[in-house]
Amino acid sequence: MNLRALQRNVPLLATIVVCLVLYVAAAVKYPAFASLRVFINFFADNSFLGIAALGLTFVILSGGIDLSVGAVVGLVSVFLALAMEKWHWHVAVAVPVALAGGGLFGSLMGLLVHRFALPPFLVTLGGMFFARGLAQLLSLEAQPITRYLSEITDAVKVPLGNAVLPTTAIIFLVVIVGAFVLSKFSRFGRNVYAIGGNEQSATLMGLPVAKIKIGVYALSGFCSALAGVVYCLYTQSGYAKAAEGLELDAIAAVVIGGTLLSGGVGTVAGTVVGVLIFGIIQTAIVFQGTLSSWWTKIVIGVLLLAFILLQKMIQAKKFQAVK
Amino acid sequence: MSASWHKLKWPLIALAMAFVFNAILTPGFFHFTVRDGRLYGSVIDILNRAAPVMLLSLGMTLVIATGGVDLSVGAVMAIAGAVAAILVSKQLPVPVVIGAGLGVAALAGVWNGVLVGIFKVPPIVATLILMVSGRGIAQLLTGGQIITFENKSFEFIGRGALAGLPFTITLVVIVLAVLSLLKARTAFGLFIECTGDNETASRYAGVNTNLVKLVVYGVCSLCAGLAGLIITTDIKAADSNNAGLWLELDAILATVIGGTALTGGRFQLAGSLIGAILIQTLTTTILTRGVAVELTLVVKAVVVILVCLLQSEKFRAAIWKPKAVGA
Repeated sequence: MNLRALQRNVPLLATIVVCLVLYVAAAVKYPAFASLRVFINFFADNSFLGIAALGLTFVILSGGIDLSVGAVVGLVSVFLALAMEKWHWHVAVAVPVALAGGGLFGSLMGLLVHRFALPPFLVTLGGMFFARGLAQLLSLEAQPITRYLSEITDAVKVPLGNAVLPTTAIIFLVVIVGAFVLSKFSRFGRNVYAIGGNEQSATLMGLPVAKIKIGVYALSGFCSALAGVVYCLYTQSGYAKAAEGLELDAIAAVVIGGTLLSGGVGTVAGTVVGVLIFGIIQTAIVFQGTLSSWWTKIVIGVLLLAFILLQKMIQAKKFQAVK
Repeated sequence: MSASWHKLKWPLIALAMAFVFNAILTPGFFHFTVRDGRLYGSVIDILNRAAPVMLLSLGMTLVIATGGVDLSVGAVMAIAGAVAAILVSKQLPVPVVIGAGLGVAALAGVWNGVLVGIFKVPPIVATLILMVSGRGIAQLLTGGQIITFENKSFEFIGRGALAGLPFTITLVVIVLAVLSLLKARTAFGLFIECTGDNETASRYAGVNTNLVKLVVYGVCSLCAGLAGLIITTDIKAADSNNAGLWLELDAILATVIGGTALTGGRFQLAGSLIGAILIQTLTTTILTRGVAVELTLVVKAVVVILVCLLQSEKFRAAIWKPKAVGA
C-alpha cells in the first residue's frame, strides 16, 4: 500500500484499531467475552441497526441525510404484525410488500429532495413524523407475531462450532456483502461518490444525478424496511415505537466508521466496524454488570467526538500538504 | 414594517386558519374564565404549553441564521432540569438552583460553540454528540430515577401566574424582547445574518464569525436551559428519560415555519414564535377534536413538507411558470 492510499484510509484504520482495542480490552477483563457465541451476537443483536446504517451510508456518501430510518423500522414491524396476525396475509406476500413500500417511501423523499431542491434534513424529518404517525395509527400496542417467523428462524441458521449463526445475522452478513459490492464494483456506487464529492461537477460530467439521488433514498428506505423485517424476526413482534432514536445510532455508527457527513468520503466497511463498536460497548456494559445502560450513550458521544476531531486533523494535514 | 409583514404573512395566515377552524368547530375555544385572579381558556393553554418550544425556537432561530443547527437542545433541557431538581431537593436557595441550571446549560452551549466555531465540526455532528451523550449525562446525574421536589418559589417558573397569565408567557416575552432589541439596536443581528449569508466574506469584512457562533450556541443552550426549568417545575420532577425528548425537532420545525431558511441568513424571531404556537395549536386541536392523537405526527409531517415546498424556489417556479406563460 503506498503512502497516499494509507493516508486516505487513516479514518478507517483508526476505527478498526479502536474496535480491536475495545474488543481485546473487554476480552482480557472478561474471558468469556472472547467466545465465538458473543462474537456472533454482535452481528445478531445489532443486525437491524447495521442494515439501516448501511443504507444510510449511501445517503450520507451522496451528501444527504435520512432521519426516517428508525420510524420506517417501527412502521414495517407494525405492518408485518398486523398483516400476518390480523389480516392473515402470507409471509411471502407481506414481506415483499413491506420492502417495496420502504423503497417507494424512500424514493418519494428522494424525489422531493432532488426535484424541488429541498433540504434532506427537513424532508426526511417529515418522513420520520409521517412513518411514526402512520405506525401509531395502525396500532398503538405491541403485537406479538405468532405465525411464520419462528419457523423461518428455526429453519434458516448455520451451525458454527459450538454456536449458531441465526437468521438475523445471516441477513446482516448478506446485506454487508451486497452493500460492499454496490459501493466498490457498481456504476451506481461510483456515481454516489461522485455526487457526494461535488454535485455540480457530477452534473456537468453528465452523470444521471436525478436517478442516483432518488436511488440512494430508495435504497435507504428499502434497507430500513429490511431492518424492520429483521426486527420482527429478532423480537417476534411489531411495535409502533420500535427502534425509536435508531436514526441517531445509525448516523453515529456511520460517522464513527469514518464517513464524512459532507459526502463523498467513506466506506461500507467503516460503517460495519462502527456498528461492531456499538455492539462491543453494549455487550461489555452488560458483562460489567453494575454500569447502567446510559453509559453506552456517553461512551458513544465520546467516541463520536474523538473520531470527528481525528478527521479534522487529517483534513487539516491534507490542506497543508496541498499548500 | 411592510417587509416584516411580507415575511410573516404565511405563518400568520396558517395560524389564523387554525384559529378560525377552531372558532367554528371547537365549542368554547375562545372562551376565557377568571379563577383565583388567573385567566383560563384554550388559547391561554396553547400559549402556556407552547412556551418551552417557543423559547427553544428563539434560540434555534439565531443558530439557524448562522447556517447551523442545534440538535442538542432537548438533551440540554434534561441536563438543566436534572441539575436544578437535584439542587432544589438538597434545599439550596432558589436563585442558586436557577443559576446552576442555566449555568450548566450555557456551558453546554459554549461546548457546542467551541466545536462548531473553533474546531469547524459540521453543526449537525457537533450537536449530535451532545444530543446522544447529553441525555446519558442527565440520566447519570439522576441515577436514572425521576427526582421529585416540592418548593413553592421554584415551582413559580412553570406553574406561577403574573398579571393573570401563566408566568411562562412572561418569560417568552422577556427573551423575545431582549433578542429583538439585540437584533434591532445593536450590530449583533447583522453579524449573525452575514455569518449565515457568506461566512468567508464576513470574515474578510472583519466579523469574528467564530465568536458569533460561540455566542449563538451559548444563547440557544441558555434558552434550552430555561425551557428545561419550565418543564421540570411544571411537573415538579426531573425526568431525564423524557424531558425535552424530540423537542429539538419541533424547535427546528417552528423556526422553518416562521420563515427562517435552514441555509442561514435573514431570521425572523416573531415568525419562529408563530411557528411554535401553530404546532401547539395543531396538537391541541387534534386533542380537543377527539381525533386519534397519533394523527398529530402525520399532520406535522404534512406541514413540514408543505412549508419546505412553499419555501422552495424550484417548486414556486414549477407552479407559477405555466401561469406566467399563459399571461
